[in-house]
Amino acid sequence: MKHGLFLAATMFAAACVTANAGSPPQVNDVVVTETRLPRALSDFGFFADAAKQVPVNGVTPYRLNTPLYSDGAMKLRFLYLPAGARAVSDGEGLLSLPVGSALIKTFAFGDGEDRRLIETRVLLHRADGWLALPYKWNDEQTDAKLAIAGARVDLTTPRGESISYRVPNKNQCKECHGLAGEVVPIGPKARNLSHDWQVSLVSAGLLDEVSGTERALPLWEDRMMATPDAAARAYLDVNCAHCHQPGATASNSGLDLRWEQTLPDAIGIGKRPVAAGRGSGGLMFDIVPGKPDESILVHRMKSNDPGVAMPELGKSTIDEDGVAVVARWIEGI
Amino acid sequence: MIQKFNFTCMTGAFAMAVTTPALADTIDVAPGADAQERLQEALILAEPGDEIVLGEGYFTLTDGLSLDVDSVTVRGAGMDKTVLDFTKQIGAGEGLLVTSDFVTLRDFGMENPKGDGIKSKGADAIVYHRIRVEWTNGPSPENGAYAIYPVESTGVLVDGVKVSGASDAGIYVGQSKDITVRNSIAEANVAGIEIENSRNAVVEGNIATRNTGGILVFDLPNLPVMGGGNVVIRNNLVVGNDEPNFAPPGNIVGGVLKGTGVLVMANDGVWIENNILTDNSTSDVMVVTYPQPYDDDTYNPYARNVVIGQNVYARSGTDPQFDGREMLLAAFGGALPPVLWDGLAEGDTGLKATTGTHGWSLNLAAVGDGPDKAQPGPLVVPSDVVSYDEATIGAPEELSARING
Repeated sequence: MKHGLFLAATMFAAACVTANAGSPPQVNDVVVTETRLPRALSDFGFFADAAKQVPVNGVTPYRLNTPLYSDGAMKLRFLYLPAGARAVSDGEGLLSLPVGSALIKTFAFGDGEDRRLIETRVLLHRADGWLALPYKWNDEQTDAKLAIAGARVDLTTPRGESISYRVPNKNQCKECHGLAGEVVPIGPKARNLSHDWQVSLVSAGLLDEVSGTERALPLWEDRMMATPDAAARAYLDVNCAHCHQPGATASNSGLDLRWEQTLPDAIGIGKRPVAAGRGSGGLMFDIVPGKPDESILVHRMKSNDPGVAMPELGKSTIDEDGVAVVARWIEGI
Repeated sequence: MIQKFNFTCMTGAFAMAVTTPALADTIDVAPGADAQERLQEALILAEPGDEIVLGEGYFTLTDGLSLDVDSVTVRGAGMDKTVLDFTKQIGAGEGLLVTSDFVTLRDFGMENPKGDGIKSKGADAIVYHRIRVEWTNGPSPENGAYAIYPVESTGVLVDGVKVSGASDAGIYVGQSKDITVRNSIAEANVAGIEIENSRNAVVEGNIATRNTGGILVFDLPNLPVMGGGNVVIRNNLVVGNDEPNFAPPGNIVGGVLKGTGVLVMANDGVWIENNILTDNSTSDVMVVTYPQPYDDDTYNPYARNVVIGQNVYARSGTDPQFDGREMLLAAFGGALPPVLWDGLAEGDTGLKATTGTHGWSLNLAAVGDGPDKAQPGPLVVPSDVVSYDEATIGAPEELSARING
């Protein structure tokens, strides 16, 4: 297995050795594909050591070039493919994952010994489509329980802000993951996945071919080296476009913030608000070229007030880095 | 790192999750501790056909609720007895979001959502019956935009609701078709009732009062659904819409003038008849083109085939919010006539009004001209009014039948 080559942490390599010794633990495919609402994250068997987030064989960690902002949470992402299955590329878009696959994302705060796992969201590809479920970790950090109605957790962000962190409920999962009436993954689009990671999957027989890397989204940590346009459009694609595109939750706004959208009106330049209400902040247009402070888009990114704040779900704090990237882009339009 | 888990939310869910009821169930939810989790859990675990019954009292809620199961009824003990209280809301863009079909919402109230009140998106065949959505501090730009907000839906019945305080529209139906809004009260909103980018709507038997504008019919550019029209406004009481506009600037309704009764802006086929329109100090009826610049080849800014039938008008136009107000009032003898047209027509599809309709025209020359270009004069339009086709307007009968039973 060459998976995880790109990961700096040696923890995973060590853990894989441990996990492969003796009879390796396995993912429970019946739970992934059939159990109506699995009660505990441990029921799936995704992890050899759940508290340390060490996956079992067949569960592959990955990262996204530009990630979704979630109050500064550290995110641990994993892809599970059932035995003998492989993912299929679809240009720069979402990898096509066969029934029986799962995507697992754990949200954590704190570093090293202080790291606390808060929630793990799973997307299960079943015969009747994808199912999104949220799991909330217990205080002992031994397991996470299904939190179908969501939850709130008081915690402190890396910036030192004390917040009431929101674990989404099952319906809220769909608000972001819904597209044309179906639940779909958002993250693993080829254009937002590392080339090296794709190569490692191909050589392990888990992916048919590498794709989408000609016009890949920039690495978030290298955003200042990317063009302002690429950095900002990548950010908007990842943080906004799951709702702001045709067929998604905010389709009625007419705003389309996908990476591939090029029409100025559609991405908000000179576009008047439709149903923004007080979200407009007294401003006339979503984006005013050269004037981030007069752009509704920036105004809503800089708000924490429900009814104004964007995104509506999944953040309780302002993403200052995201605001900076988008403002830098608008200044240059 | 400080951390504290302040809710546990799975109690009871397991028992419900492992049993699949063969018949429709009634699920009772009472106000009290953990109302957020208990109610949201019920909304998620409901099966098609189930009825969720909300107990009497105030439900204190901190996050938006959502329903994504078809054919569910949510019923309270009455719009003043069961109240979903969002005064302490800290998350989500609306109080309740419905994304499934054949849903019935009835007999409960909602107060002070931070964003919109009840939004139903892509939710076909939805009924809102005896629902109250209110911002209790009265008109304020800090209030949410829409109280009742069905959008991108086919089959919408809004019946017997009360809405108050919305900083955009109290009842807003957008990008939808086959719509009935009836027997409802819209008070102290910017727009009382608004039908936007929608087709086949009837708005009847409502009271719109103390709003900035009573009833609005709009078509806006650059939206996924355009081409609004075939809308009938009849038998409404549209009186005393005198609230100063409190919409946050930037919103299209921010341009609605205080004292507007019925406003039609860009649309194809709108009938206004048998209404009582009084005490609207700018104008009882206004028919105008979309005035702002736009970049959308598929959009038609004209108000086409608008028909004004018999209505009762009184005491309107006494304090019009136009530049040159004093001159206009003097020219028209102290009050403007009840009907205002901007004078812009696409070919011969312009305004028609039944004989005896008193009005005036701005006589604008081109789309986008401002009032400064107006050459005011009496309204002279054809009176050979044609009627609408009753069979093509309104919500399907099944929706009425659902609440009549």
